Amino acid sequence: MANIISKYKGKIPRPLIEELEKLAKVNKLTDNQIKKALAKLEEKYKYSLIQPGEAIGIVTAESFGEPGTQMTLRTFHFAGVAEMNITLGLPRLIEIFDARKEPSTPVMNIHLNSPYNKNEKHLEKIIARIKEITVKDVLLEISINILRSHIELVPNKSRMKDLGVSEEELTKRIKEDFKTVEIENKDNTYFISFKNKEGTLPSLFILKEKIKAARIKGIKKISEVIPKKENNEIVCIASGSSLKDVYAIEEVNFAKTTSNNLFETANLLGIEAARQLIINEASQVINEQGLDIDIRHIMFISDLMTNKGKVMGITRSGITNEKESVLARASFETPIKHLINASLTGEIDRLSSVVENVMINQPIPVGTGLPGLIAKTKKEKKKK
Amino acid sequence: MRPNHVHKKIKSIQFGLISPKMVKKVATAKVVTPELYDREGYPVEGGLMDTRLGVIDPGLVCKTDGLKLKETLGHFGYIELGRPVIHISYVKAVHAFLQTTCSDCSRILLDEESINKYYEKIKKLLELNRTEDVAVITKLIRTSIKNAKKCPHCSAKQTKIKIEKPSTFYEDQTRITPIEILERFEKITDDDCLLIGINPEFARPEWMVLTIFSIPPVTMRPSITLESGERAEDDLTHKLSDIVRINQRLFENINAGAPEVIIEDLWDLLQYHVTTYFNNAIAQVPPARHRSGQPLKTITERIKSKEGRFRNNLAGKRVNFAARTVISPDPKIELNEVGVPFEIAMELTVPERVTEWNLDWLKKYVKNGPKVYPGANYVLDGGRKRKITPETQEVILEELGPGHVVERHLQDGDVAIFNRQPSLHRMSIMCHKIRILPDKSFKLNPAVCNPYNADFDGDEMNLHIPQTEEARAEAETLMEVQTQIMSPKHGLNVIGCIQDSVTGNYLLTKDETVLTKTDAISLLINIGINKPKTFKKFKKQVTGKEVFSAVLPDNINFVYEDVQVKNGNLIEGIVGPKTIGKSNGTLIRDVHRMYSQEECVKIIGNIAKLGLAYLLKRGFTIRTADADIPENVMNKGKKIIAQAIEEVNELIKNFNKGKIKNFSGKSVDETLELMIMQKLNETRNETGKLISKAVPETNNAVIMAHAGQGKILNLAQTSLLVGQQALRGKRIEKGYHNRTLSLFKEDDKSPLAKGFVRHSYKQGLNPVEFFFHAMTGRDSLMDTALRTPKSGYLYRRLANALQDLKVEYDHTVRDANGTIIQFNYGDDNIDVSRSEGGTIDVKKIVDEVTKQ
Repeated sequence: MANIISKYKGKIPRPLIEELEKLAKVNKLTDNQIKKALAKLEEKYKYSLIQPGEAIGIVTAESFGEPGTQMTLRTFHFAGVAEMNITLGLPRLIEIFDARKEPSTPVMNIHLNSPYNKNEKHLEKIIARIKEITVKDVLLEISINILRSHIELVPNKSRMKDLGVSEEELTKRIKEDFKTVEIENKDNTYFISFKNKEGTLPSLFILKEKIKAARIKGIKKISEVIPKKENNEIVCIASGSSLKDVYAIEEVNFAKTTSNNLFETANLLGIEAARQLIINEASQVINEQGLDIDIRHIMFISDLMTNKGKVMGITRSGITNEKESVLARASFETPIKHLINASLTGEIDRLSSVVENVMINQPIPVGTGLPGLIAKTKKEKKKK
Repeated sequence: MRPNHVHKKIKSIQFGLISPKMVKKVATAKVVTPELYDREGYPVEGGLMDTRLGVIDPGLVCKTDGLKLKETLGHFGYIELGRPVIHISYVKAVHAFLQTTCSDCSRILLDEESINKYYEKIKKLLELNRTEDVAVITKLIRTSIKNAKKCPHCSAKQTKIKIEKPSTFYEDQTRITPIEILERFEKITDDDCLLIGINPEFARPEWMVLTIFSIPPVTMRPSITLESGERAEDDLTHKLSDIVRINQRLFENINAGAPEVIIEDLWDLLQYHVTTYFNNAIAQVPPARHRSGQPLKTITERIKSKEGRFRNNLAGKRVNFAARTVISPDPKIELNEVGVPFEIAMELTVPERVTEWNLDWLKKYVKNGPKVYPGANYVLDGGRKRKITPETQEVILEELGPGHVVERHLQDGDVAIFNRQPSLHRMSIMCHKIRILPDKSFKLNPAVCNPYNADFDGDEMNLHIPQTEEARAEAETLMEVQTQIMSPKHGLNVIGCIQDSVTGNYLLTKDETVLTKTDAISLLINIGINKPKTFKKFKKQVTGKEVFSAVLPDNINFVYEDVQVKNGNLIEGIVGPKTIGKSNGTLIRDVHRMYSQEECVKIIGNIAKLGLAYLLKRGFTIRTADADIPENVMNKGKKIIAQAIEEVNELIKNFNKGKIKNFSGKSVDETLELMIMQKLNETRNETGKLISKAVPETNNAVIMAHAGQGKILNLAQTSLLVGQQALRGKRIEKGYHNRTLSLFKEDDKSPLAKGFVRHSYKQGLNPVEFFFHAMTGRDSLMDTALRTPKSGYLYRRLANALQDLKVEYDHTVRDANGTIIQFNYGDDNIDVSRSEGGTIDVKKIVDEVTKQ
C-alpha cells in the first residue's frame, strides 16, 4: 500500500493523501481499490486546482466584504456565566485588519505547566502574581486633609488579606515609588505628607491620584484574571496583555500562552507568530458570528499583512501605501497628496496593476486580460 | 465591429511638474482680457472663452484644429503673471527647500563630503529603480540639515525660515517674497535637488513658483445655458476671470509706477485667487464663493472624494447598452434566463456583422425598422452610423451588404449581463440568456435570488448587453449562472431552492403523500419532464417520493442524514433546506459534483418547478388557528412561566438578604443579573421544547419551520411566550433613574420590570411589554444602519489592497510588483469554488470505490 501511495506524493497535497491512507486502513481497502481511489483523488484535485491568472485577491476581498454586512456590531459577548467582555464581531475584524497598535480589549490566554494546570491548589497564588493590584484596590478611604496638608489613607484590611497584600508591602511600595514623601502610621491610618515642602492642594491632589494608581504587585495593566476549564485543563484568561512579564512566571507554559495583541506578539515571537495570530483571531470572530469563510481567505490576508516582515494594516498608511503605482494609490484615498509627491519625485506609473488600466481603458492584467499572443510575422518565419 | 484605429497601448505614465517654458509651448493663446463674450454673444478673442482654446457652442469652429463642438478636445492657453505667486499645493516643498538651502549661495546645507557620499548612494538606488529607499534617505538629509546655523560652502549665517500659513514665508521677521524665492531656487544645482528629494529632470524647484499661468481649455469648463437663456459659467471660469482681472490691474499699477503698498496688496490678492483656483478648501483661506454664498468647486475639489474625477470617472465609468427596471419572479423560466420586456428589447441592440450567409436574415430586421419587433435601430457601414427611419430605410436596405453591421433588437437566447447592487461578490453580476416576455419588468427565476440577494418588494436590477464577440464569449464561459453555483467564499452552493419550492418538495416527499397516476404524470409533464419509461413504472397510486425521483438523474446515489437516494430513486427521508436549499443543499452539491454544471442548473430548476407545481396543486396556507395550542399545553406553559418568575423573585429576595455569592471577577449585582438571565433564557427554551412536542407535524407553522421558513421558536413566540427582550446583551435597564419606566419602583429587578414579555404575540402584549419589545426592535434597526457603512468601508479597503493579487502561471500568488505573497495559494492550490466546502471529500471517493 505504502508503495502505491508514495507514487502520488508531491502530486496531491499531503493532508489528502493522509486522510485517504487512514480511511483505507479503516475500510480495509485492497491495493486495487486504493489505486482506483488515488486515481480518482488526483483527478478531483486536478479539477480543483486554481487556474493561473485567477484574481484571487478580489475573491478574498469579496469573501470578507459580503458577509461583513451580516455581522453584528454587538461589541461585547458573554459566553457562559462568568466571562469577561471581549470585542467581537465587525469591530474586532476591523481592528485586526487595521493592525491597531493596541486591541480595544487586550486578552491573554495563559496556559500553565503540568502540575499546576490540573490542580486548583496553587491557582490563587499564581493569579495573584499575574493580576495587577494597585493601592486603589486595597483602600477603604483616601482623602486630603487641607489643614494639615497631608493625605490620609485608610487601608481595607480584610480586602488586603484576600488579595494577599501585607501592610509592609503597601508602605514599602509607596516609599519606593514616591521618594519625596513621608509616611506615618497612627490608628490604622496612614498620613502621607511631603518631606521638604508644604503640600499645596493641587500638588496633594496629583499625589493622591498617583498613589491610588501605584502598583503593589502583579503585572502592569492586567486588571482581571479568570480561571476557566478547557479540555480538562485550567486556563487563565487575563484581560490586559503583557506577554513578556507572563512568560517570566515559572508556572506559566509559555509555549501555549497567547495574547491577542498583534504587535506585542510580532515583536516578542516574530512575524510568523503574528501571522498565525491574525489567522486565529479572524477565524474566531468569523466562527463566533456563525459565518462560513474558507480558511484560505483568512490565511491569504494574513500572509499579505505580514509579507514585508512587519505587521501592516489594510489602511491607506499600510498596504495600500506600499503600492508602486501612483494612480492606484491616488484612487484610494488622499489623491492630491499622492499626485503632488509623484510630480516632485518624477515618479513613473508603469500601469502594472488593475485600477490604472481601468482608468485608461486598457485590459487589466488579471484573469483573461493576462495572456497575450505572440504571433510570428511572415518575415520572421522566413528568416528561420 | 471596431473602427480601424491604430491600436496603441500606453506603457507608462510619467509624473512631473510643468515648466513655464512648457506652459508657453503647449499654449495656443495668450489670454489678455477677463471679458468672455462680446455684445453678440461670440467669444472675445484673447478672452477666457477664446475659440483657439476649443469651442462649447454649436456652430463654432475651434481655430486651432478646425474641429467642431464635441470633436475638439480643446487647447491650453496662458497668461503672464505680473508678479510670481506660489502654487499652494507645493507650499510644503517650497518650505523644505528654503530650509535646506543656503539663503545666500543656494547650495544645500551639507558639507562636500556628505554630499558626495549621499549622491553616490542615491544615484545607485535610482539606477536600481528603488525610489522608496531614495525617499528614506532624502528625508533623513532634510531633517538633519533643517536647523543648520551656517552654510558649509559660503559660511553665511542661516536663520530659521518660518511659514505663516497659507503661503507667506519669513526669515528673521522679514518677508521673503516669491520673487526672492524664485531667485534662490533658480540657483539650486540639479545635484542638490536630488539630495533634497526631488527629481530635477521633471521638477525644478523654481517651477513650484508660478510665473506663467496655464489656462485650461474651454472644453474642460463648459458653461451651461439656463432656461431663461442666460449663461451660467463654470466655477473654474469664474475663478480664472478673477485671476485675469487682478493680473491686469497689477500690470497697470506696476506700469503706472504706483506705490509699493498698492502693488503688494494686489499681489496678495492675486496670490489669494490663484490659491483658491487650485484649492478652495484650505483652512486659513476664506473659500471663494458664488453670489449665492455656496463655495466654488475648483481643481482640488474636482479630483477629490467619491464624487471626484478619480472615483467617479476614472475608476468607475458609465456605459451604454444598459437597462434598468423593477424585477419580478417567474419560476417558469430557466435559472440562467432573464425575462426582458419588449420595450427594452427594442431599445437595446446587438451588433450583427453582415455576411453573405446572414444577409437575408438581417434584411428582415432592417425592413421591420426600429418600431416593429423584431427589428433593428442602426446600420453601420464603414465609419458611418445611420439610424433606420422610414426615409432612410429603402436606401439602407439597398446598400446593405457584407461588411456592414446591423444593430438589431434583442431576441431570445442573446447574451446579457445581469446585476443587482450592491455588488458585494462576483455572483452579483452574472450572465443570463435573454427571454423576451410581455409585462414591463425583468423576470428572474426565484432560485437565483440568493446570489443577487434580491427580493421582489420593489428591487430594481440592471441589464447590460455585451457588444463584442470577446465580451460575449467571456460572459458565457466565466459568468453564466451555472458557473456560479458554488461560492468561492466557502465552496458551498449559493443557488438552491427557496421559499415555496422547498415547502412544496418537503410536502411532496413526505411519507404519506400519495398521488394518482394521472395526477403524478400531469404534474411532471406540466413542468416539462417527459420520461415515458418512468411513467410506465408508475402504479395506480404513486408516492410523492417516486414523483420526486423522476426529476433526479438516473444513476445518482446520495445519503445525508435520513435522506437516501439510490440509483436515482428517493427511498427514504424528506427533502428540505438541508438537501435542496441554498448554501447547504447537500443533494445539489452532489449533483454538481457528479454531473456537468449545465445539468446541475437544469436539475435545480426542475426540482424548484416540481415543488411549486405540487404546492400549487395541493395548496398551502397558514392561519391564526395554527398558533392555537391545546389547553393543557397552554396551562403547562403558563405554569412554567409563572414558576420562572417566582424563581427569579426568590433569587432577588436572596440577593436582598445578601445570600448570593458573587462569581469570581464579578460583583454581586452582575452575578444576580447573569443568574436571572440564565433562568429566563432557560424558560424560553423550555417553552420552545414544550411547543415542539405538543404541536402535531401537520401544523402548517411546523411544516414551514421544517421547510426552512422560520423556526419552531417563531411558533412558540406566537402562541406561548415572547420572552426576555435583550438590549446589548443585557436585560433592559435604560430609562429613568434606577428604573426602566416610571410605573415601576426604583431598583425593581423583577422580570416584568426589566423587559420580560410573558405574553405571546397572539395573546397580545400589554403596553409595558410592547414598549420593551419596540425598544429591541429599534435597537436592531440602528445596528443595521450603523453597520452598513462600516462594513462597506472595510470592503473598499480590502478590495483596494487586494485587487491586483493574482495567481501566476507557476502557481505562486503575487502582487502587481511581482512580490510573492504565497508560494502556493492556500498551501494546496485548491480553488475554493471548485472544492467541496473548501476541501476534497476523500471519504466519498473511498465510499464510491468500495461500492464498486
